[in-house]
Amino acid sequence: MTSPLPEFWQAEAQAQLALGEVVLAWLETDLDAQLRFSRGLLLLTDRRLLARESGGAWRTWTWHPNLKLERRDYAGVGHLELTDEASLLAAWRYTLGLDESARRLAQCFLERNAASSGGREPEPCAVENCPGCGLPLPAGQALCSACAIEANRPPSTWTLLRLWRFARPYRNQLTAGFLLTLASTAATLVPPYLTMPLMDDVLIPFQNGTPIEPGRVELYLGGLLAAALAAWALGWGKTYILARVSERIGADLRITTYQHLQSLSLEYFGGKRTGDLVARIGTETDRINVFLSLHLLDFATDLLMIGMTAAILLSINPWLALVTLLPLPFIIWMIHVVRDRLRHGFEQADRVWSEITSVLTDTIPGIRVVKAFAQEKREVQRFSDANARNLAVNDRVNTVWSLFAPSVTLLTEIGLLVVWIFGIWQVSQKAITVGVLAAFLAYISRFYGRLDSMSRIVSVTQKAAAGAKRILDILDQASSVPEAANPVHPGRIEGAIAVRNAGFRYGNRTVLSGIDLAIAPGEMIGLVGQSGSGKSTLVNLICRFYDVAQGAILVDGTDIRSFPIGEYRRNIGLVLQEPFLFFGTIAENIAYGRPEASREDIVAAARAAHAHEFILRLPHGYDSLAGERGQALSGGERQRISIARALLIDPRILILDEATSSVDTETELEIQAALENLVRGRTTIAIAHRLSTLRRADRLVVMERGKIVEVGRHDDLLEKQGAYYRLYQAQTKQLEGEEDHA
Amino acid sequence: MPEFELARNAFGRLVLKNDAGVHEGVVPVRAFPVTAPGEGVALVSAQGRELAWIASLEGLPGAARILLEEALRDREFMPEILRLVSVSGNAAPCEWKVKTDRGETAFTLKSEDDIRRISPSALILTDSHGVNFLIKNPADLDRHSKKLLGRFL
Ligand SMILES: Nc1ncnc2c1ncn2[C@@H]1O[C@H](COP(=O)(O)OP(=O)(O)OP(=O)(O)O)[C@@H](O)[C@H]1O
Ligand SMILES: [Mg+2]
Repeated sequence: MTSPLPEFWQAEAQAQLALGEVVLAWLETDLDAQLRFSRGLLLLTDRRLLARESGGAWRTWTWHPNLKLERRDYAGVGHLELTDEASLLAAWRYTLGLDESARRLAQCFLERNAASSGGREPEPCAVENCPGCGLPLPAGQALCSACAIEANRPPSTWTLLRLWRFARPYRNQLTAGFLLTLASTAATLVPPYLTMPLMDDVLIPFQNGTPIEPGRVELYLGGLLAAALAAWALGWGKTYILARVSERIGADLRITTYQHLQSLSLEYFGGKRTGDLVARIGTETDRINVFLSLHLLDFATDLLMIGMTAAILLSINPWLALVTLLPLPFIIWMIHVVRDRLRHGFEQADRVWSEITSVLTDTIPGIRVVKAFAQEKREVQRFSDANARNLAVNDRVNTVWSLFAPSVTLLTEIGLLVVWIFGIWQVSQKAITVGVLAAFLAYISRFYGRLDSMSRIVSVTQKAAAGAKRILDILDQASSVPEAANPVHPGRIEGAIAVRNAGFRYGNRTVLSGIDLAIAPGEMIGLVGQSGSGKSTLVNLICRFYDVAQGAILVDGTDIRSFPIGEYRRNIGLVLQEPFLFFGTIAENIAYGRPEASREDIVAAARAAHAHEFILRLPHGYDSLAGERGQALSGGERQRISIARALLIDPRILILDEATSSVDTETELEIQAALENLVRGRTTIAIAHRLSTLRRADRLVVMERGKIVEVGRHDDLLEKQGAYYRLYQAQTKQLEGEEDHA
Repeated sequence: MPEFELARNAFGRLVLKNDAGVHEGVVPVRAFPVTAPGEGVALVSAQGRELAWIASLEGLPGAARILLEEALRDREFMPEILRLVSVSGNAAPCEWKVKTDRGETAFTLKSEDDIRRISPSALILTDSHGVNFLIKNPADLDRHSKKLLGRFL
């Protein structure tokens, strides 16, 4: 069934339709011919195509076999063009969010065409709509990608509370810590209480001529000592327990974040700067950790202290207590006002901090380029610019902050003054004793001292909240290659690959479209084409580093989206265009995909990749360190190690993306010979610019600007004199040219 | 004088005629769409080959220039945000309602990282569908917009 028309159009569209006219498909466009945002409607019925722009009149084109409706897109705008054999009749534009609907419409148009040429009744085109936004869904997806993001929108406030799930496992220790906090806070409140009887029953009577009773004094002083000792012991216990717990929570948070990061797709990493991610997982988790272990604890203590003090004060003398608590509402109000501004400022500061880390992570790996072009000065400048931005942001925050803290202090001083005034008056009225006033003053200085430190927590809380948000940003990110809800376990696959009408876009740039390709198990395919024609992208789709935007890729007849990703990839051996080695020994690098591999296996794989001999030439053989990113090895050596790595996992599908581009022709021939054994029985996709590399391929697939243009055997393709012929000619000419020069 | 002739055919495609022959479906592409839109426009064939280079649109004869500008307008889509009407939250993902030079619209910003600085002043925002929005200079926006944008910078 077609989905119902948007309400906006319903009445109007109904009025246009003739009796018995059936709507087959529709598209609500959101751009007009000048690419301005405005609503329009395109209706396909069994008899004609109707269109209207908002404010314009209806236009119709009666059905006609020569009518063609074509779709293309560029820079985020989709175009639908209606032509007949002679000219362009009309064109519509829409933003890419509607692309799926437009595709359906064009598809439906084709079906309509086929139906009428086959003499059948045209049928409405089936559409499955996203439950989230109502737009048509790409086949096989439960929620469109836009809605998948909506679904886990993070709440912006109380972000820190969302970290509770990390605290849950430790709730027993946390409770114990809390009880200790309670007890130790209570213990620290005993001494001021004792000043009351010391004053009223000992000192003042003594001043008035009564001698001091040693027993009584000993009792009070003993009480003071005992309280101090108890506070010490309890304080030690609570800090120890809570610091331990918060370390663990911090570690869990860090690990979970990293784990989640590992599960995200390449698309996510493509849009991120390394420095930013490093800063988030390193610095932010640590900041949250410190927050939990130190500040949150202080804060809890402060709160308790304030609550208890208030209770004690009220119990001693309610009136004096009320006066004492007078500045409190002001302070709370101030905290409320600055809080948002601070959080915001700290968030900015964090982002700028990431920028600083990013400069480092950009330039350190690229240090050879920096030096080669003598740009050290500029890089230092870039770094100091980032630092200047950091200073600017922090200065702004500090302006607010620096005013805030003294204001709280001022309020507390005023509070003290008020207590003195009111207290002296009360004493003079004989309403309270000097001892009560002394106790009040002792309490109040603690109380306001606490308030002062509590106001400081505003800043750290906001810092931690900003950090938490940036961590949760990662945790909330859903992988764009989601795991299937009902996975099919591939086990060890046969290796039949079928690519069906696949299309793909990086952002708004269409890179592949309408790819159809069937590869039999064990077949070797050579993928050739100009640079940028989409070869690596096709391979990325087959490996499921990205998901196709249209169409599907089937392996052994099952959509690869229904396999658990890890199990599926275990069947694929991949040699990348840019080989990457990890910091570690050569042996570890070769065994990366199968850490439990025996030494014999590692050597065998290295032999097969023709890496064995050069490895033996290294000072420590297989135990030599490859250095970070394999700096210590040549390009060709790195490639051979990555071939060995792919071979070691004995994959059913072997993908070689320019696997031998950096080795000399002789080594290449050797690797080729070795590969021949390994390729046998495995489905292989080999990409190469040197066409000679692909001599052994069963079939060659020629790509041009995101499409497959030719498929066939070397000889047949040469005979055809098409795209492959041109590539081949260009290369042989070049080779001959080189020989002539020699 | 350029060494080519431009025309539009019945299918709405640009046709370029030069010494090498006639090319149908030619598209103009700006080399620096953001930093120097008026300079450097290439005419590219349907196969992606550069056929002609126009250093500056100013120097072009009237008819060709109108054709080119029309074609560019039809191809280029990077609405410039003139005003932020509302933003649904303090943090991405959130919904932005904006006024652009191409009318009002709304879009979803997936993450703060989709706001990119491409020159010392200009920002590009990429929405959840890959449409790019340009802010030429955040400092020129009105106070309300600046405040909303400030949350994300
Ligand atoms: N991560 C990416 N984001 C955006 N565009 C990309 C990305 N990767 C590749 N592209 C673009 O997609 C197109 C196809 O790239 P691809 O890497 O598939 O080419 P290729 O055929 O492998 O080329 P080569 O032979 O040079 O390796 C190119 O135009 C490239 O600019
Ligand atoms: Mg490639």
